[in-house]
Amino acid sequence: MGKIYVANRQLVKPGDLLAEGSDIKAGDYTYREDDKIYSSILGLSEVDNKQVSVIPLEGTPLPKEGDIVIGLIIGVGITNWVVDIKGPYKAILNANEALESFNPITDDLRKYLDIGDYIVAKIIVFDRTRNPMLTIKGKGLGKITEGIVIDVKPSRVPRIIGKKKTMLNVLTEMTGCNIIVGQNGRIWIRCPDKKLEKIVVKAIRKIEAEAHIPGLTERIKKFIEEEKRRLEV
Amino acid sequence: MSEEKPKLINEEGLRVDGRRPDELRPLRMEVGVLKNADGSALVAFGNTKVIAAVYGPREIHPRHLTLPDRAIIRCRYHMAPFSTSDRKSPAPSRREIELSKVVREALEATIFTELYPRTTIDVFIEVLQADGGTRTAGLTAAALAVADAGIPMRDLVAAVAVGKVDGVLVLDINEIEDEYGEADMPVAMMPSLDKVVLLQLNGVLTPEEFKEAFKLAKKGIMEIYKMQKEALFRKYRILPQA
Repeated sequence: MGKIYVANRQLVKPGDLLAEGSDIKAGDYTYREDDKIYSSILGLSEVDNKQVSVIPLEGTPLPKEGDIVIGLIIGVGITNWVVDIKGPYKAILNANEALESFNPITDDLRKYLDIGDYIVAKIIVFDRTRNPMLTIKGKGLGKITEGIVIDVKPSRVPRIIGKKKTMLNVLTEMTGCNIIVGQNGRIWIRCPDKKLEKIVVKAIRKIEAEAHIPGLTERIKKFIEEEKRRLEV
Repeated sequence: MSEEKPKLINEEGLRVDGRRPDELRPLRMEVGVLKNADGSALVAFGNTKVIAAVYGPREIHPRHLTLPDRAIIRCRYHMAPFSTSDRKSPAPSRREIELSKVVREALEATIFTELYPRTTIDVFIEVLQADGGTRTAGLTAAALAVADAGIPMRDLVAAVAVGKVDGVLVLDINEIEDEYGEADMPVAMMPSLDKVVLLQLNGVLTPEEFKEAFKLAKKGIMEIYKMQKEALFRKYRILPQA
């Protein structure tokens, strides 16, 4: 019978013994040595019945197939774009994943997307042996033409979205802004006016700084209310 | 400084700086001291002061160093020109190149490099003030910086040097003790896993002394490890509670 040594949402660091016993599953950011399960990262423990995992507080997670990311075009080739999606690997966006019909002889890709443009994209292939491939064909994907894009720590993305999108709903409903969160730690914000935009950015910075302290959603609600009163919107 | 060998252990059995033989110097550790690095740490063992910065995992330049199955670790141990009493040339010396290598190998033992193929993890260790035990302080700081960067690793690495001065085994030796002592043995471990990742020995110890020295080092490492943990957690505890 296995034993779990940590509570839920407890701070752990690499090398901390989380659990013992072969019947307990080693989840994300943990590793098993003999019968013991250790944390491999600085983060918060998560205990779920027969599984222990750790939610990291720092670092960039690897891209996953199907992730929605916000990328920055950093290179234009003959048939593809090179896209910075933060993290260790540069992504490739092929022209046929962006345009309906495309002829490399007559078309110049710069006409469609140029260096410095932001895009909302989906990762279609990634297996670590090659750089991730993107597509911008699909609902809600494509070039970003309005609003602002801000960078946050990728490890804070799950908190900004919240369990069952609770946090994201608070942010959008209370401010009326349209917010798209990229899994890679970029956020696209479209607001009816500048004041609200300011509030959203401030609220996101607050989430980023206090991600590990419980009771975050309630605090953010109060914070947005106060800010709204202060800025009179 | 006099040419003569100073008395390293006094009548009461205390050392040049007043420590007991099994006592560490005052430790200071801070995590996240550099804004532009992915992870960073400052570690001070008494007058030895070291700063470490970690960047990555990131793309490798030059490209040909890329490994298809894992990340490479590049490590630079460097002493600042002002870190010693006589100005040290900023060019990497033979000693610094060797220490970069042993520190890198110690880190390779703990980091899960296979998670990030075709990338590099760059570790920079800068000695700001040298008073003995800089490689151990450097490795201690580097491990903290890697953890701060959020890179998956087996365990932190804590390190300390044990020496033999005037026939007595002493923990965490300083510059004078290193210069006039009979032996200097830096040890680095992954404490939770009870594994050694660096062990060097300069000078002569008998087998019995070695065993004793290793035990002493382990005791010091456990204390350092505790401080490392506190330093990492402190970063998240001092944030204002709203």
